[in-house]
Amino acid sequence: MTAVDTGLSDVAVDSTEFLAVVAARELAGARRVFAGVGLPTLAVDLARRTHSPDIDLVYESGVTGAAPEAMAEGIADSVLVSGAASVVSIGALFGYVLQGGHVDVGFLGAAQVDRWGSLNTSLIGDWERPTVRLPGGGGAPEIIANAGRCVVVMRRHDPGALPAALDFCTSPSPARAHAEDPRLVPPGHGLATLITPLGVLRRPDPLGELELAQVHPGVRVDDVLAATGWPLRVAEDLTETPRPAASDVRLLREEIDTVRLYLR
Amino acid sequence: MTLTDLASAVREHVEDGMTVALEGFGHLIPYAAGHEIIRQRRRDLTLCRMTPDLLYDQMIAAGCARRLVASFFASGSAGGLHEIRRRVEHHDPEPLEVEEYSHYGMVCRYTAGASGLPFMPLRSYAGSDLPRLNPRIRRVADPYGGPDVHVVPALRPDVAFLHAQRADADGNVQMWGILGAQQEVAYASRRVVVTVEEVVPSEVVRADPNRTVIPAHAVDAVVECPGGAYPSYAQGHYDRDNLFYRDWTAISRDPARLAAWLTEWVHDLPDRAAYLERLGAERWASVGVDPRPSGEVDYGARRVPAGLGDRAGDLTGEVVGG
Repeated sequence: MTAVDTGLSDVAVDSTEFLAVVAARELAGARRVFAGVGLPTLAVDLARRTHSPDIDLVYESGVTGAAPEAMAEGIADSVLVSGAASVVSIGALFGYVLQGGHVDVGFLGAAQVDRWGSLNTSLIGDWERPTVRLPGGGGAPEIIANAGRCVVVMRRHDPGALPAALDFCTSPSPARAHAEDPRLVPPGHGLATLITPLGVLRRPDPLGELELAQVHPGVRVDDVLAATGWPLRVAEDLTETPRPAASDVRLLREEIDTVRLYLR
Repeated sequence: MTLTDLASAVREHVEDGMTVALEGFGHLIPYAAGHEIIRQRRRDLTLCRMTPDLLYDQMIAAGCARRLVASFFASGSAGGLHEIRRRVEHHDPEPLEVEEYSHYGMVCRYTAGASGLPFMPLRSYAGSDLPRLNPRIRRVADPYGGPDVHVVPALRPDVAFLHAQRADADGNVQMWGILGAQQEVAYASRRVVVTVEEVVPSEVVRADPNRTVIPAHAVDAVVECPGGAYPSYAQGHYDRDNLFYRDWTAISRDPARLAAWLTEWVHDLPDRAAYLERLGAERWASVGVDPRPSGEVDYGARRVPAGLGDRAGDLTGEVVGG
């Protein structure tokens, strides 16, 4: 088997395992991470078990220094509380911990991402009577403004999910804040890395646009360009995303998400 | 402050058309109180909560609400709130007014309300469409010469319902685990009703005063209501029933099934004790938790200087008087 020969896994590039491993790599060097539920839970847990054992996990429910004995089923799960370093009020968490500048990396999800890294998690269609009412902002407008940088993982990559124009901007890129008023640019970099089933897009300049930095194995650059709703710039040093280590996939399946809550 | 039962508390403190907050961030969600409001068929409420959660999907389906003030419209990984979606996407069976903020926007609204301030600034929203959707989010000049800042208005609910692990008969409320915005909500609201897992002697509360999140002066009524946060959880008492949270997606997707659920689990039951009885011992045991007590801290006791004898009382009097 390939996996045995190379130590690499051949899981599909659009699988949760693949996306979680790619997301975990983005946490190298991060000290304090604002983690959400779902795929971020897997990525953060994997990073802690491999290259970054000392990551301080912060949850918007007020938990810092989480040390869960089982996989959390939500950001307010009781397993995040037992054994944690601290639990502060949600006002202190958003006001002091996040807005005060203590979070290095924020993990976010989105239904739509635009060229400049703004996110829509509010609605699809008409504002007054949307086709789809999405969950809304939650803490994302705070996280994108105040975390050092943000990582977004999307399970779709097509012109609907990466459109030329968002149906609604819930969580604005610094570029969009700059366009409203240059003096209102927030302290955070905003979206730095967008991971999709086709590749990895990066935004090196806080006021700049996303560019294709990596294509996943078997994906052609043209596929990515055709699936993106704006003329996507391709990085000069474009690379192919390394396949996950088989040991990482095994950790995800056999030690992290043993109940297959997030893995299918 | 009165020690009362839930039916009396709702009858006394909730009127049609009021602005009501039932808070608790994933933890200590006051389900029993919400169900009593449904049972007493209150109407046209403005319901405030950071995350509407299953509870507000139920209350809106039951016809209690005219308006929803919130910052997140799903129940996390557990799935959708289809009653709310039907109202917003299809105006079915009728539209629901929605006033939307971000999480910290809601916290700042409660904080301003609790502090007697007209509004509160926060460093969110520059470039966002949220202020265009919700004109109550404003941008104002910094009077000290910095850049403009976005502000949100104070929120002062007519009545708040909260759940906690324990309180004493005076109304001092203690909680631990995720505290959410419980303290801000209590101080922001004109009336406060707290359901608790247990009412404990005053000595228990006074042995650990730092654990008191809401002092009695901010509380109007306490109701002993074990299991009152189920199917959410109470740290150290019982865990969240994740199975029910997942089941809710299917229940709420089908209006007929949702109506039947409300009849069976709310209208046809007199109170929370009956709800837990109907739930059954096996299901209740499935959300049980093992003990994991905190270490104790030592608050210390003032030493009475040796040899003062009966004069110790006089000395205390002098200190207080000075």
